[in-house]
Amino acid sequence: MIYDFLFKLTGSEIWAVIIQSFFPLFLFILPFALFAVWLERKVSAHMQDRLGPMRVGYHGALQTIADILKLLQKEDIIASENDKPLFNLAPIIVFVGSYAVFAAIPFSGAYIGSEIDLGLFFIIAVSGLVVAGILMAGWSSNNKYSLLGAMRSVAQIISYEIPTIIVVLTIVMITGTLSLYKLSELQSGHLWNWMIFGGPGSDLHKFLFIPFMFIGFIVLYISTLAEVNRTPFDIPEAESELVAGYHTEYSGMKFAMFFLAEYANMFAVSAIVAAVFFGGYQSPFGYLGNTLHIPWLIPVEQFFWFTAKGLFFVFVQMWLRWTLPRLRVDQLMAVCWKYLIPISFVNLIIVGLISVL
Amino acid sequence: MALTTENIETESGLKTEEMILNMGPQHPSTHGVLRLELKLEGEIITKVIPHIGYLHRCFEKHAEAMTYPQVIPYTDRMDYLASMYNEFGYTIGVEKLLGIEIPERVEYIRVIMGEFQRIASHLVALGTYGADIGAVTPFLFCFRDREKILSLFEMTCGARLLYNYIWVGGVSHDLHPDFIRLAKEFVVYFKPKIKELNDLLTNNRIFIERTANVGILPLDTAINYGITGPMLRASGLKWDLRKDDTYSVYNKFDFDIPVGEGTVGTVGDSWDRYYVRVLEMEQSLRILEQALDQIPEGDVSSAIPKRVKPPVGQVYSRVEGPRGELGYFIISDGSVNPFRVKVRGPSFVNLAIMDELCKGHMVADIIAILGSIDIVLGEVDR
Repeated sequence: MIYDFLFKLTGSEIWAVIIQSFFPLFLFILPFALFAVWLERKVSAHMQDRLGPMRVGYHGALQTIADILKLLQKEDIIASENDKPLFNLAPIIVFVGSYAVFAAIPFSGAYIGSEIDLGLFFIIAVSGLVVAGILMAGWSSNNKYSLLGAMRSVAQIISYEIPTIIVVLTIVMITGTLSLYKLSELQSGHLWNWMIFGGPGSDLHKFLFIPFMFIGFIVLYISTLAEVNRTPFDIPEAESELVAGYHTEYSGMKFAMFFLAEYANMFAVSAIVAAVFFGGYQSPFGYLGNTLHIPWLIPVEQFFWFTAKGLFFVFVQMWLRWTLPRLRVDQLMAVCWKYLIPISFVNLIIVGLISVL
Repeated sequence: MALTTENIETESGLKTEEMILNMGPQHPSTHGVLRLELKLEGEIITKVIPHIGYLHRCFEKHAEAMTYPQVIPYTDRMDYLASMYNEFGYTIGVEKLLGIEIPERVEYIRVIMGEFQRIASHLVALGTYGADIGAVTPFLFCFRDREKILSLFEMTCGARLLYNYIWVGGVSHDLHPDFIRLAKEFVVYFKPKIKELNDLLTNNRIFIERTANVGILPLDTAINYGITGPMLRASGLKWDLRKDDTYSVYNKFDFDIPVGEGTVGTVGDSWDRYYVRVLEMEQSLRILEQALDQIPEGDVSSAIPKRVKPPVGQVYSRVEGPRGELGYFIISDGSVNPFRVKVRGPSFVNLAIMDELCKGHMVADIIAILGSIDIVLGEVDR
């Protein structure tokens, strides 16, 4: 729909695709990152008996914009001992890695940045880019704390990708598709058709799937928490140990790029959880557009539902962050290798056996 | 003394090198300007050397040039989280030198202030400990409650942190007429907050994982190093100067001395040190309840001497501060200035055990151990 419009407008397939893929970045993710930073501060403040930002705009709504303006004006410090090319490249790679993910995320049935059949694997592969950026940042900073933070971060992200992929694989095995769009369409109808409730259909398989889907969801959510370095897994940037981890040496806009990438990442993993287990952009009850016979309302509603689900999981991440302490680095690895990976493997095998039945 | 690294040859023939990491003096978790020099093998610590002195203000030398009452504001600035207790210990020493009797109301006021100060100090210790482990919310909850205590202090003497309230022979002001009522209200308010802290942090599974069996301090080592206060009690010894070498009117109150029991780990681990402080707050509340009920009427300034000029002699007075035994060794040469004031600061003595506790642990554990020692750099460096 949007592609056809852009194609007519530009007269070039390549430009139409490029513009379409950049749409979510400029229309949704950048404003979202600004909003999420504000939300995080508000959520934490209200959990701690404080008010949080109150001065800039209504209840501090424009605070993040003011912060970004401040960061833009700041001096971009590059210490003489830094490895300059890597130091400059690192924030860009992290930023690109976490924002490119959004090209493949279906925001509604009518709109998906770039509909590729390998959507799920594209997301996992591209978010792996972030690891390289973090390692570059830690190495080029020439700071022991940054290096320690980067090493921890890389070890953590790579380890936790395994349970994530295994759980995603479980879903892929049942549904037989890697396309997030098809996966979302499959879960249409109502709440009961979501993958967390065993997916569409009403045969025995579906009911047998339900407990294993819940296990899968919990494993996936925990490992995505670790992948975006959120508490209780925020060890790479544990401010009480490593000051700020791999981005200690960064200032000004480069720091802001790490910062915004983190919040974009939060939504990205929440979107994956929502798309894989919670029906993607599908409404849990059916659409107002169908009842009122207004076809264009349906994509808008879908967009609303998708954002709402994503935001809910982002909120849970914040909730956890301001409640829990953080694990130690070896305990973190133990959680992954001793518990999550075996559980997700067994889960995969059992789900496989059930679907063969 | 600076550390040097050595090359280590592993079994496979690969050569690795130890790393020296400077933690502090500007670091969010060293609780001030402490610099720790860490020798690391990977993330495992092989040696820790604490470097102190960044906050040295020559307290003891200054004291020699001051008259006895003029020293009191300087004692405030040592352990700035427990100023009331610093004054308390110093004035007791000077009064012993002078040999004067103190009105009972003054003693009660001092105990009330001291116990409020203990709760306030422990709240900072527990809150920052939570923040060190990564839980920021308990930190703010603790500060919210501490704020109420500071308001009570402010109402009494006008200051919130450095009071100059307890004077030789008395206190600077009598209690505000509303003080007793508000203090009782606080005691009622604060009891459920301890439970809230336990629910949020103490019994949190991750918190226990991080602190139990970390930095175990055996009792004999603790005694050898001269460790006192909650740290010693966490290692299992029931030693509290309020009971064992009683001073002021502490013998009139009924309270227990909590000791570490190794509930979730080994006796004397970081969790025990944390939990002993939680239990001590409950005991302080018990003392406060009794003291606020029993406090007699009277004049608080009747015993304040016009001129403090103790006879020639020396005295060692010690009190159980929130961090341990706070001792003052005062020598008088018969003039209005003390000849020597030597302070035995609990933070300083307790910090000395860092290397012993940290060996073999990881960098993240240093934070957990240092937080559980609960040092105040103002007192370490003086």
